[in-house]
Amino acid sequence: MSEKLLVNPIECEGHAACAELLPEMITLDEWGYPIVDGRPIPPALERDARAAVSACPTLALRLLRS
Amino acid sequence: MTTATHGAPAEDTATSLPRLLPRSGQQPEDWHAHTARHGRLPYRDRPGDLVLDLSAAGLTGRGGAAFPAHRKLSAVLDAADKRRRPPVVIANGAESEPASDKDATLLWLAPHLVLDGLQLAAEAVGADAAILYTHADRRNDVGRRLRQAIAERVAVRVDRVPVRLAEAPPRFLSGQETALVGHLAGGPAIPTFMPPRITERGLAGAPTLVQNAETLAHVALIARHGPRWFRQVGTRAEPGSMLCTIRRADGTPRVAEIPLGMPLKSLIASPDGQSAGPDRAVLIGGYHGTWVSAADAVRLTLDNASLAAVGARVGAGILITPPPDRCGLIETAAAVRYLALESAGQCGPCLNGLPRIAAALTEIAVGRQRHQTLADLERWAGLVTGRGACHHPDGTARFVRSALVTFAEEIDLHRRGRCSGTSKKPFLPIPRDSARTEEDWM
Repeated sequence: MSEKLLVNPIECEGHAACAELLPEMITLDEWGYPIVDGRPIPPALERDARAAVSACPTLALRLLRS
Repeated sequence: MTTATHGAPAEDTATSLPRLLPRSGQQPEDWHAHTARHGRLPYRDRPGDLVLDLSAAGLTGRGGAAFPAHRKLSAVLDAADKRRRPPVVIANGAESEPASDKDATLLWLAPHLVLDGLQLAAEAVGADAAILYTHADRRNDVGRRLRQAIAERVAVRVDRVPVRLAEAPPRFLSGQETALVGHLAGGPAIPTFMPPRITERGLAGAPTLVQNAETLAHVALIARHGPRWFRQVGTRAEPGSMLCTIRRADGTPRVAEIPLGMPLKSLIASPDGQSAGPDRAVLIGGYHGTWVSAADAVRLTLDNASLAAVGARVGAGILITPPPDRCGLIETAAAVRYLALESAGQCGPCLNGLPRIAAALTEIAVGRQRHQTLADLERWAGLVTGRGACHHPDGTARFVRSALVTFAEEIDLHRRGRCSGTSKKPFLPIPRDSARTEEDWM
């Protein structure tokens, strides 16, 4: 079962840890907020995706089973 | 199923409009007048029955999103069943869009039709509580009128589920579903992040059905006359009628019940019968809506299938034709400034993007645009879209982009220090007060 990334934009404060750990799927906009690729996470990036999710200080990033 | 019970007029209730608003004009209907026109409300005594009728009728939500009504009811029914928890039904009459007046008009003139629909929807999903959420002082004294109507119903014991009246704060987003649920739970009327959907877990965790006030009025009539009757007006894909707020150049808003699929030409013509000139523009759908040139608009009809050609939607039925002496850029800049101030400020892209978008539009409106202003606007409109907990940034971006396209010639004029507007008097209705503290959202 593939998973997707989902950011809760209310919780997100733009700490940007996610973009550092998963630059392949998360970039930052000009105000420092993440632009998240909503497509299924490729197997090769699953480990980094989990790291990005656990690194979010506001718990705004989630993995969603699709 | 297709006939009203005693007291309903036998005449032409089938195809002629209006269906919802009283034909007598501006006289509000009390319980007696209401039952004389429509008959008593037909309870089904079997939860779920109405859902089938609504599905066959093809009724969609009239609050703007046009989501199929029966699917929301089904979702709430399923959730209630699965979790063995009675749902709550809410009539949404907040109508926080400043340019819209249709729900306030409906609640003022025909409150019992909405309250009938609320009871029938409550019965259909097995709800044990019902709430009517509105701005009590939005129009005349609609709060007093609604309290009277509820008292009338209590006196004749027609309601099976008690109805509570709740006040919506005067904010643009207070009618947004999750904001509404948050407010009714005692908090500020600001959007929350889904999931779970409120149909699963809404007010106090109960499965929650929120339907626009007008949608419920249609429910009350479909329950009486059946889906076939409902489909006698409108298009095959988008059946029925909808209440529209029409603001023409003369400035007075008019609420009319329009069959879906009606040519826009007949709706935007000026009162003297002359159609709007090609130099003019029509705002379809209000401040989350779309500017369309009058030249395009006269070829379209009032339904989403037709409006999709110009990227517009019927929304909550707002049609505005500003007079030719107003500048569309100045008007849009004022509305977008209001939208930026009405952001709940919870999501980074909306908090950062909307004020910048508003400021850039103002630069263009006052003829002080820099060479990068337009490019900035396009980029920011893209950056805010789809990145909020609610659709406020998306709707604002759509509105702004449509202005940049529709008023492209005017933008050129402004770049050369000119403006086609000769009157600076604002035309689009913009509330003066904006939120400053959390108290303003309560």
